[in-house]
Amino acid sequence: MDVFSSLMDGFATALTPMNFLYAVIGVVLGTAVGVLPGLGPAMTVALLLPVTYALEPTSAFIMFAGIYYGGMYGGSTTSILLNTPGESSSVVTAIEGNKMAKAGRAAQALATAAIGSFVAGTIGTTLLAVCAPIVVQFAVSLGSPSYFAIMVLALLAVTAVLGSSRLRGFAALGLGLAIGLVGMDSVTGQQRLTFGMPLLADGLDIVVVAVAIFAVGEALWVAAHLRRTPLHVIPVGRPWMGKQDWKRSWKPWLRGTAFGFPFGALPAGGAEIPTFLSYVTEKRLSKHPEEFGHGAIEGVAGPEAANNAAAAGTLTPMLALGLPTNATAAVMLAAFTSYGIQPGPQLFASQGPLVWALIASLFIGNLLLLIINLPLAPLWAKLLQLPRPYLYAGILFFATLGAYSVNLQAFDLVILLVLGALGFMMRRFGLPVLPLILGVILGPRLEGQLRKTLQLSAGNPAGLWSEPIAVGIYVIVAVILLWPLLMRLWRKARPGRRPLLPANSGAADYSD
Amino acid sequence: MSSSPTLASRLKGRSELGVALLLGAAGVMVFLDANGLATPYSKSDPVGPRTVPFIVAGLLVVCAVLLAVNVLRGGKGEAEGGEDVDLAHPADWKTVLPLVGAFIANILLIDWAGWVISGTVLFWGSVWALGGRHYVRDGLISLALSILTFYGFFLGLGIALPAGLLEGIL
Repeated sequence: MDVFSSLMDGFATALTPMNFLYAVIGVVLGTAVGVLPGLGPAMTVALLLPVTYALEPTSAFIMFAGIYYGGMYGGSTTSILLNTPGESSSVVTAIEGNKMAKAGRAAQALATAAIGSFVAGTIGTTLLAVCAPIVVQFAVSLGSPSYFAIMVLALLAVTAVLGSSRLRGFAALGLGLAIGLVGMDSVTGQQRLTFGMPLLADGLDIVVVAVAIFAVGEALWVAAHLRRTPLHVIPVGRPWMGKQDWKRSWKPWLRGTAFGFPFGALPAGGAEIPTFLSYVTEKRLSKHPEEFGHGAIEGVAGPEAANNAAAAGTLTPMLALGLPTNATAAVMLAAFTSYGIQPGPQLFASQGPLVWALIASLFIGNLLLLIINLPLAPLWAKLLQLPRPYLYAGILFFATLGAYSVNLQAFDLVILLVLGALGFMMRRFGLPVLPLILGVILGPRLEGQLRKTLQLSAGNPAGLWSEPIAVGIYVIVAVILLWPLLMRLWRKARPGRRPLLPANSGAADYSD
Repeated sequence: MSSSPTLASRLKGRSELGVALLLGAAGVMVFLDANGLATPYSKSDPVGPRTVPFIVAGLLVVCAVLLAVNVLRGGKGEAEGGEDVDLAHPADWKTVLPLVGAFIANILLIDWAGWVISGTVLFWGSVWALGGRHYVRDGLISLALSILTFYGFFLGLGIALPAGLLEGIL
């Protein structure tokens, strides 16, 4: 079936009153959690997983898609109106966005962020609809060796490329893989790491793990360092842009989109690198370079577009290969599995209507987000005034409820607390959370592909590189692992390079 | 523990070594557990159930050693920031411990006393731990949230949370 007619069918499914309602719920919830500190889309999807078991999978995924995109919109509101970005992908937005807000141009900053997100999200979703089937066509020809290699690449790349310390990234990955091992071995039926506890035989529920790490760990961590003096929220009216703002925004939107989508689609893309690249590019190309650092609108328009395009890009490997590269995609992948849907290249064939309804709902969600974000921005900003005791008590309350309702076992709450303490420790000592979650989710599938591969080659390890794609991927893996060494040689060859980060980059803004 | 003054001074402020210890312990645990597995020779599964745990154990132990070296050389993990996080003051255990207490109270109460009671205790206790001092208002909000979620889950999702002591009333 061709893309256009499938997509039209998707729209027909997504626009039924029930599904449309879930799209609305999704974008409203998503924006709210994006605005609220301490909450993110990944955690929200994880919390809602048990609640959605009663729903049609299609409705549930339409809601998840709304939460995913909504979180991106909401995150920009926070970073513009407060000078403390909640997510790493909105660090760059905060640099110029907060300066604009302080100079009384919060309305324009919010407008260029929202409209830019809409433009980038729409183009990104179109690219997703076009690219994903092509990737699938290519992917169905791949065998286990290539899949194993791709998963290794995704895990290592996310661990090695993102975050400030590779060592701590690998430590988090190891912990995640160990958590993923708990339970019955699927081939021999033996129990691993269950310590004779029958309750552990089915493994740790991914909902419990994700909620513990994201929600409980975060709530405990914030509680330990709760800001006693309330943050100053810059008051804002209805977002709008003048003619000049439009003129200065539209090119950064398109360039940001061009940076964001491919990086999001790569196994280790993430949104940090493209937002940063977009910022640097806009600064270089701007006719008003002197405004950068004092609230240049290009510095908000470009990175925000890059951020949203990356969000769309991330869904390409998630839907086409079953390969998540950010936390929300990872939890959505776990959601597929818990609905009994096998993620991977067969997804488009076996669950075509669901996937196309999901993609169609992304277009709808994007439009809804523009509508609810432009006129209602002052209302969303009010959410930032929610008393913190209620906010974090609420996170713990709903985390408990969500984790308990999976199996109705108090034992799950004990695991929730233990892993929540682990999440606290990771935040304290700078271990990134994403490699752990990906390790838990991809680890078991990685092992499955490894065993399948060697089963086909009758135990000969050469089976691992029996496909040309696999060999190519291992070369990339080697480059990523050896990157620091290569960089050092490069620096030696060309001394005196300029530092990459601008002096007032958001990294320094964390502490104030 | 017998530690020379130099060692003690080197260890001071290096609580991150605890992370290395945890990683190492986890690695050893994974190794021992995998070592205890039976590996029947089988053509259909040449990898067996032990290979991957061994790799994971190796990764954990290597990370533990490297992290310990890194910390002793003065390396430091960057604590995570956020909108509501103020890293200028040290960890406030007077907030965290009561919070954990409320969480544990909920675990102990949920099956016996039921969600409505345990959830109320959890929310109220958490708000109190985090500095809420409107006792009555907080209590009413806690009770309302617990009752609403109880009926919401039962009527909306068909999930029966435990009624506990209030069985028959709810």
